[in-house]
Amino acid sequence: MTEIFGVPLPALLGQLMLGLVNGSFYAVLSLGLAVIFGMLNIINFAHGALYMTGAFLAWMALNYLGLGYWWSLLLVPLAVGAIGVAIERLLLQWLYKLDHLYGLLLTFGLALIIEGIFRDQYGISGLPYDIPDQLSGAYNLGFMFLPKYRAWVIVASLAVCFATWFMIEKTRLGAYLRAATENPKLTQAFGINVPLMVMLTYGFGVALAGFAGVLAAPATQVNPLMGSNLIIVVFAVVVIGGMGSILGSIVTGLGLGVIEGLTKVYYPEASATVVFIIMVIVLMLRPAGLFGREK
Amino acid sequence: MRRDRLGYLALLALFLAAPFVAYPVLVMKVLCYALFACAFNLLLGYTGLLSFGHAAFFGTAAYVAGYVLRDWGWPTEAGLLAGMASALLLGWLFGALAIRRQGIYFAMVTLALAQMMYFFFIQAPFTGGEDGLQGVPRGTLLGSVSLENDLTLYYVVLAICAAAFWLIHRTIHSPFGQVLKAIRENEARAVSLGYDVARYKLLAFVLSAGLAGLAGALKTLVLNFASLTDAHWHASGEVVLMTLVGGMGTVLGPVVGAGVIVVLENELADKVGSLVTVIMGAIFVACVLLFRRGVVGEWVAWRGKRRTRS
Amino acid sequence: MKASRIATAIAVAFGLAAGAAQAQISDNMVKIGVLTDMSGAYSDLAGPGAVEAVKMAVEDFKAKNKPAFAIDVVYADHQNKGDIASAKAREWFDRDKVDVITDLVTTSTALAAMKVAKDKNKIALLSGPASTLITNEDCNDVTVHWTYDTYALANGTAKAVVKQGGKTWFFLTADYAFGQSLEKDASAVVTANGGKVLGDVRHPFPGSDFSSYLLKAQASGAQVIGLANAGTDTTNSIKQAAEFGITPKQTLAGLLMFITDVHSLGLKATQGMYLTTGFYWDMNPETRAWSKRFFDRQKKMPTMVQAGLYSAVTHYLNAIKATGTDDTQKVMAQMKKTKINDFFAKNGYIRADGRMMHDMYLAQVKKPEESKYPWDYYWIRQVIPAEEAFQPLSMSKCPLVKK
Repeated sequence: MTEIFGVPLPALLGQLMLGLVNGSFYAVLSLGLAVIFGMLNIINFAHGALYMTGAFLAWMALNYLGLGYWWSLLLVPLAVGAIGVAIERLLLQWLYKLDHLYGLLLTFGLALIIEGIFRDQYGISGLPYDIPDQLSGAYNLGFMFLPKYRAWVIVASLAVCFATWFMIEKTRLGAYLRAATENPKLTQAFGINVPLMVMLTYGFGVALAGFAGVLAAPATQVNPLMGSNLIIVVFAVVVIGGMGSILGSIVTGLGLGVIEGLTKVYYPEASATVVFIIMVIVLMLRPAGLFGREK
Repeated sequence: MRRDRLGYLALLALFLAAPFVAYPVLVMKVLCYALFACAFNLLLGYTGLLSFGHAAFFGTAAYVAGYVLRDWGWPTEAGLLAGMASALLLGWLFGALAIRRQGIYFAMVTLALAQMMYFFFIQAPFTGGEDGLQGVPRGTLLGSVSLENDLTLYYVVLAICAAAFWLIHRTIHSPFGQVLKAIRENEARAVSLGYDVARYKLLAFVLSAGLAGLAGALKTLVLNFASLTDAHWHASGEVVLMTLVGGMGTVLGPVVGAGVIVVLENELADKVGSLVTVIMGAIFVACVLLFRRGVVGEWVAWRGKRRTRS
Repeated sequence: MKASRIATAIAVAFGLAAGAAQAQISDNMVKIGVLTDMSGAYSDLAGPGAVEAVKMAVEDFKAKNKPAFAIDVVYADHQNKGDIASAKAREWFDRDKVDVITDLVTTSTALAAMKVAKDKNKIALLSGPASTLITNEDCNDVTVHWTYDTYALANGTAKAVVKQGGKTWFFLTADYAFGQSLEKDASAVVTANGGKVLGDVRHPFPGSDFSSYLLKAQASGAQVIGLANAGTDTTNSIKQAAEFGITPKQTLAGLLMFITDVHSLGLKATQGMYLTTGFYWDMNPETRAWSKRFFDRQKKMPTMVQAGLYSAVTHYLNAIKATGTDDTQKVMAQMKKTKINDFFAKNGYIRADGRMMHDMYLAQVKKPEESKYPWDYYWIRQVIPAEEAFQPLSMSKCPLVKK
């Protein structure tokens, strides 16, 4: 068995693959956060809770409506996006004139509410969600064992990230969104409905979280704390990547997932903290993040 | 000024009488969290810095105090001081790193640093990990009066908290405090006036951290227990909530906020189980949207309307 | 003169009354507190079922004895956190006049509550937690460890698996007192029986995604992966191991498994697994009768934790009846003096270290085709007599045990 720095190759590759899977989740989630922060200047603390909501909606769709995974993948992000739009219209819009910190506090409160409701209804032990038949099983590559579902997660996440990047950077709608952020008054003067843009942005950002939730459901247990465990790391990713930079979040998310996986192999005690250590270093050297621009 | 004094005296009287009508351990818990919130408010309400990682100071002091009291058999006073000292040191370290950034970034850095401490505590053997640091002895006051009795301990805790509160009050109303308020209002102007803003912010941060640590050490003494809950970011969020509910930028606000939140959590925990989090979240949302000045803030504003102030 | 004689008479009368009152039940009420995990990783094996078992014990006692004193049951959720358990226990004893605290599943809560019980001179009857620390370093004279412990589990399951040919082991351990305790005891048994422990990996408690830990276990190449965890941690480890193709090449040994785990995983996933238990509902007519009553109320068959709790509370109430008081020291002395003979244990007794000695059972999970009716899950392969199952008193690190 080949070994690299004392670790057998299958183990190393297995952990790297898991790292890539985690990285994909980081990328999709931090993408949503970056989009929201970039456009609205709000740190969406509720992002983790909405990710969890996505996973639960997938579970509920299966158990209450009989709708399978592929339906959920399509419908759940729309549902979560709709919830996002409601949040923006009913709650967030009153805070735009205030200090940004109020937005953070409000979304923090929302996160508590959403998590509390699910916790109360479903306990914290987690509900099972089976891997869809088309994706179960694994590829035996000889030097490692690659579960099909995990490979799918990576592919789907990358596809969505690329599609988002493309839409924001290369399409007209994306251009309107970017203009609305840079200079809302001027953009409004051009006849573009800025409040609508803002609303759609928040909805889209959380829809991404919902999508990640559906992806996660078969992989981890669907439990009310799944977002809470993840959200702080995702914040760190966004800060490292540069808040508001789309490309930054994607690259950083994937990269940090891989680094975390490697740390788990060689220095497991630090695996939970390595992201934060990197964040502190990056902030000291490049305050706006790796890809960010100082606002 | 005189009206404020009356307010303080009324509150003191309330706390002096409290252990005879309520469960002393609960009131002590309120006092500890009130101190925590007041320390936090020093940074948020008076310097304008939102730290989302204050649990690190609370938790570190809780663990350090618990450890030296239980495993090294130090006298109670020394244990409390050790806890506070560890929080001061940590505050200086974290502050030096975090002060360089502002606003949201500052909050994120403090959160990340606190998370690092949390994960450190999970790993470190002396904390007992998930089991927590149990069985911390209460010891004695000045080597003679036993603190095992809830009532005796209560008055000691009250004395310490009152002293710390007085310290905060003096700080706020001193020239140093005025500079902090100036920084909160308009940092650029304070810089242009020649103040070394970074040094002032760091000092405020360290003081806030140290007092938060004192609160943590006291809490360990009262409940005989230090655990990961003390260092978790939910604890950081709770102290923000207490300050918000009570009234940021008011002196008594955090005390009121702590009282409300601790008592509410205690009463509701058995009756509604997990819905406690929902209620806390709802209070957060309601406060941010409708009740930004908090209980004391609203009361002050209402009183201000009743008589035209000069 | 007359006034002082009247005063003396009154004083004597009060003195007699006070003396008589000491032999009575405090406030004429016995309050039993059930502190358990109501919604988390262990809520199925203890939780609401545990509360139900205690309620059944109280009802049966009342029906049989018609006592003069009232009995009340209160319960709370400690959420598997030691600090919550400690605060709740303290509040119950100080403020709510609770006389005995029970269950305390999750070792960290048990250790915390035991200390408070000792401080306040109240009794703690532990059914849920597993660690042998309870009867060793952390033992005290107000606590009874009723149902099972990590030593018995290791002795039963680990020994059986090693004898079956599983010589090399790797542990997946819940990183708190219970998991560490179970790993330690099981490792000792493995080595003592000619096996070898290749390594371990610790996961946070409670965990949810075990994939990276399982990959480590897979990389070690051990024949057996010992799961030193419980409840949903165990069931999730088993599920995810299957997903990664770890089973059936490597065997999973669930060092602590309950009938509720087998029920949720299904026989297909668990068939052939060995487990050690203190109780199985389908062993004899007595166990069947009681379990059916439990099933009618909870819609699930009882686990050993829930059955043990019924037995413990019944023994406690009987001791109160016998001594006429709820004074802690007197009741404990009575409990240690009398044997336990009910559907849960035959000729059971409480040792000096707080350990309740009773037989344990080595069970093996049936194949799907061998199961004839719902909850028909186990073959009982071996009865392990009490003296063999539990740690000998001579090895105990409990200060109460005179050497």
